[in-house]
Amino acid sequence: MDLFQYDFMLRALVGALVIGLAAPALGIYLVQRRLALIGDGIGHVALTGVGAGLLLNRSPVLVAVVAATLGAIVIELVRSRGRTSGDLALALLFYGGIAGGVMLVGLSDASSGSLNAYLFGSLTTTSPADLVTIGVLGVAILVTMLVLRPALFAVCHDEEYARVSGLPVRALNMLLAVGTAVTVTIAMRAVGVLLISALMVVPVATAQQVTRGFRSTMAAAMALGLFAAGAGVWVAATADTAPGASVVLLAIGSFLVVALLAAGRRALRRRTRPAAVPVAEPTEHEVVLR
Amino acid sequence: MTEPVIQVAHAAVGYDGRAVLRDVSLTVTAGEVVAVLGANGSGKSTLIRAVLGLVPLGAGSVTLFGTPQRRFRQWHRIGYVPQRLGAGSGVPATVGEVVASGRLARRGVLRLPGRADREAVAAALRAVGLADRAGDPVATLSGGQQQRTLIARALAGRPELLVLDEPTAGVDAASQEAFATALRDFRDGGGTVLLVAHELGPLRPLIRRAVVVHQGGICHDGAVPEPAGHHAEPGHDHVHPHCDEEPAGLWSM
Repeated sequence: MDLFQYDFMLRALVGALVIGLAAPALGIYLVQRRLALIGDGIGHVALTGVGAGLLLNRSPVLVAVVAATLGAIVIELVRSRGRTSGDLALALLFYGGIAGGVMLVGLSDASSGSLNAYLFGSLTTTSPADLVTIGVLGVAILVTMLVLRPALFAVCHDEEYARVSGLPVRALNMLLAVGTAVTVTIAMRAVGVLLISALMVVPVATAQQVTRGFRSTMAAAMALGLFAAGAGVWVAATADTAPGASVVLLAIGSFLVVALLAAGRRALRRRTRPAAVPVAEPTEHEVVLR
Repeated sequence: MTEPVIQVAHAAVGYDGRAVLRDVSLTVTAGEVVAVLGANGSGKSTLIRAVLGLVPLGAGSVTLFGTPQRRFRQWHRIGYVPQRLGAGSGVPATVGEVVASGRLARRGVLRLPGRADREAVAAALRAVGLADRAGDPVATLSGGQQQRTLIARALAGRPELLVLDEPTAGVDAASQEAFATALRDFRDGGGTVLLVAHELGPLRPLIRRAVVVHQGGICHDGAVPEPAGHHAEPGHDHVHPHCDEEPAGLWSM
């Protein structure tokens, strides 16, 4: 492909591939914990960090990492205490974060174009320094999520059991929260604050239509993320579309295709095989825990 | 005299200012199989959750294997079987993957699973009769098979004490039998068991001692109470212990 002879396109491609691999590797734990939209909330908080960075003339990405990490820690504390209703806390962060970001960017000298770059991604403006940041942090996320998979799986699957197993549940939860913040911030360059969650969640949703286990879901989701990122950048380069949107639309397109294929396979099986006899089970006793 | 595995002394637990357990004391020694019985809401589940540190104590103390619970770190000596699989999630997980979680207490967070882990998982699956289901998604199993998966997860860590919360509630007969066998093997291997139950069913012959929780206190500690009244009729194997001070008709359903 001719376009990839340009350094900036190559950088865009490499950055997108790293994020395409890392985002679902982390996102699977969020989906397992039914916190699929948390990345969105943290992304909104990161935007306030971007605004603060632009206003203070500091690196917007680094300030965003700090803001997003703080936001993630607050969300995790609210979640683990279980006091405030989780969705209300998230709503406050969503709207507070985006309003703060828009206001701070407005106060700074930055053009409205730079706000757009963070809202919807601006992969082609990735500088070599950006690429190093994305590469180092992306690989760190990837390695952590893969090495700690048994422990993170246990915590996200059954937190009480993990506690009785003596696992450092609080530390692992914090690690996941901070990891989410870091992933969101590096993915901000590629797909933008408003589309980040898609890259963390959609490949996982696609994979679990056909997989049977956690490990296979994780592997398939990472492959799908890699495909959507690579193909998205290629489409963006050839058809001159927005890279972030192209990546996300390809991910959602894969979801639809796989969902249709899976539904077709199920329908076919039902026709070729007699209906399964439902297993009779005694009715459950009502048990009051507290 | 055998070593006490669990020592609960004058424990009190409350939720939002409402007392659930008051002044409960209980000692379980090595090799015992103890059933905690009681009506719904009597506080029996809270008792074992307090033993495991899942609910904070308002007063009193819990000692595990001779160590105060707060300082207890040898969690691999305990296998916990919750009432049911956690809220569940959209991400599929195989039976083998869930059971493998039981090895973490022994292995720690950072070490990768090795041969000993795989062998322990396979042995635990055999013990509950699910060896051929290791690769199946947990969500496709029946309720009883899911419960057996959780027991296998606890057994995989090779614990010395099993703590089970209503292991047989809503479980089909085949699973109850498989479960009783697994528990008998565990006891014969020198294990200690503390279980909460609503009905004992096939577990009854295993249980030597019953503790009855009633309105937040222990009102019976000794032999398994005989079913009385209409509970004694054939086909009804609920164990509804009858405490002296309780008003008549409280247990009738």
